[in-house]
Amino acid sequence: MSATIKPVNFRIPVWAQRFATTVALLLAWEAASKAGLIPARILAAPSAVAGTFWDMLASGELESNLLVSLGRVLTGLSIAIVTGSSLALIAGLSRTGEMAVDAPMQMLRTMPFLALVPLFILWFGIGETPKIALIALGGTFPIYLNLFSGIRAVDKKLVEAGNCFGLNNAALIKHVILPGALPSFLVGLRYALGISWLSLVVAEQVNATAGIGYLINNARDYMRTDIIVVCLLIYSVLGLTTDFIVRTLERFALAWRPSFINVT
Amino acid sequence: MQNQTLFAFKALDPANPSGSPAPKPVVQLRAFTRRFSNNTVLDSIDLEIGEGEFVALLGRSGSGKTTILRTLAGLDTVSEGEVKLPSARAVVFQEPRLLPWKRVWNNVLLGLEPKALGGAKAARTLAQKALSEVGLDHRADAWPSTLSGGEAQRAALARALVREPKLLLLDEPFASLDALTRIKMHALVASLWQAHKPAVLMVTHDVDEAIALADRVLILAEGKLIVERRVDLPRKRQPGQPGFAALRRYFLEQLGVEAEDETQQHAVAKEIILGS
Ligand SMILES: Nc1ncnc2c1ncn2[C@@H]1O[C@H](COP(=O)(O)OP(=O)(O)OP(=O)(O)O)[C@@H](O)[C@H]1O
Ligand SMILES: [Mg+2]
Repeated sequence: MSATIKPVNFRIPVWAQRFATTVALLLAWEAASKAGLIPARILAAPSAVAGTFWDMLASGELESNLLVSLGRVLTGLSIAIVTGSSLALIAGLSRTGEMAVDAPMQMLRTMPFLALVPLFILWFGIGETPKIALIALGGTFPIYLNLFSGIRAVDKKLVEAGNCFGLNNAALIKHVILPGALPSFLVGLRYALGISWLSLVVAEQVNATAGIGYLINNARDYMRTDIIVVCLLIYSVLGLTTDFIVRTLERFALAWRPSFINVT
Repeated sequence: MQNQTLFAFKALDPANPSGSPAPKPVVQLRAFTRRFSNNTVLDSIDLEIGEGEFVALLGRSGSGKTTILRTLAGLDTVSEGEVKLPSARAVVFQEPRLLPWKRVWNNVLLGLEPKALGGAKAARTLAQKALSEVGLDHRADAWPSTLSGGEAQRAALARALVREPKLLLLDEPFASLDALTRIKMHALVASLWQAHKPAVLMVTHDVDEAIALADRVLILAEGKLIVERRVDLPRKRQPGQPGFAALRRYFLEQLGVEAEDETQQHAVAKEIILGS
């Protein structure tokens, strides 16, 4: 393999450098499994995980459960975005709104929302509702907090300039305040996504009949560490993918920022 | 000798109703007073600015120059006195205040409806024209954060002028620029003013800038306009020009700056060398 590496003038691509350690660890893990140092019921070998992954994909089991999980996150996150943004706009754009909204939000956010699971089960039963509610609740706070502070941090001088050049309130919000708060909103969105996956994991421990968490629970009962590892990897790939999507979104939406101007 | 000159100016002042504005004032302040709690910043100010007149407002830091300008921009509430303003006003602030998320040409058009300008294409053409007037048409598509300080101020100037204001307000617009760029900007402002003829109120702390550009110079101190003086020097004014240095001395004196200032002595020396 290394024969293809030209001795001179060859620069290892950055991505390869970054993955070198990971690959080394995987090889070590595989070797340890093969040598019997790590029994399969403790942790399946990478090759076994890959095989299981392929089987789950071929049978359609993975896709269907993934879709269920994705659906939960998307629904919950959409609710979080709508609620968080609405509350942030109310609190950010008026003093009265701030009085009404900000204080309770600041109090609620200090509560570890995952602790609400028992209450949610009592309120919403054990169907889809408590799962989506948990994801929605978890995502609402980062969206709210970041957008609210983003709106408040918009340069007063720019607002004044907008005023001066004849923008009415609606136009001010559209041309000055929202674009000014967009970077903070996107930061909030990234946090919200991270929290959504976390909420998903917790929510799917609650009597799920489909979804990645359900697969994990099932696999635990049959001591299938290979399936558990596949699902864990799926979780992290989902996290990475959504993070990548938001970052791409940032690159387009915030193209005016000096940090992006130099990149593109 | 210097004192004599100054005295001569002082003696001339009441005789010369230098504050007499052009016949049709676009701005009228009558007994305008502005207080912040019990700090009276502007105390019963009377001010008229004629159509197309270029007025410079000098004053020490904290004397209330920005407060007057904000009132003329309609950014402040008027509670005492009478204020008449034209509706077509535009401001260039001390900082460019361009929206960083709008490209330069979109910033120029801020607050203007493309529909009212005859469509998106006509609007773009208008922005382009305004930018070429300030020598910035090649940067029309740039993001504001990539402009230099001078370019950003020129974009702000284009944004102000594109709406053909009756009253153009400049709040120390060149204070943050280097001396060389500032001189270029003076020439630009002078030519744009000649072309569009808005009434201008320019706040500045630079006496030379005021003399170079203004028809009339006002000095604000302790809430009152203590000096209102026409500048009758022929245009394309330069510090070496006859009368320039004397005016500068006079204004500096009124501002309470003693003549020992380095640059001023240098300028006086230059004046002597130039034989005026
Ligand atoms: N919003 C405000 N609240 C209270 N005091 C204010 C306010 N705005 C201005 N002042 C006071 O009014 C006075 C005049 O301020 P202003 O900004 O007009 O000064 P200026 O002449 O523009 O000074 P500079 O040359 O430093 O810009 C200052 O003493 C300032 O502290
Ligand atoms: Mg000021």
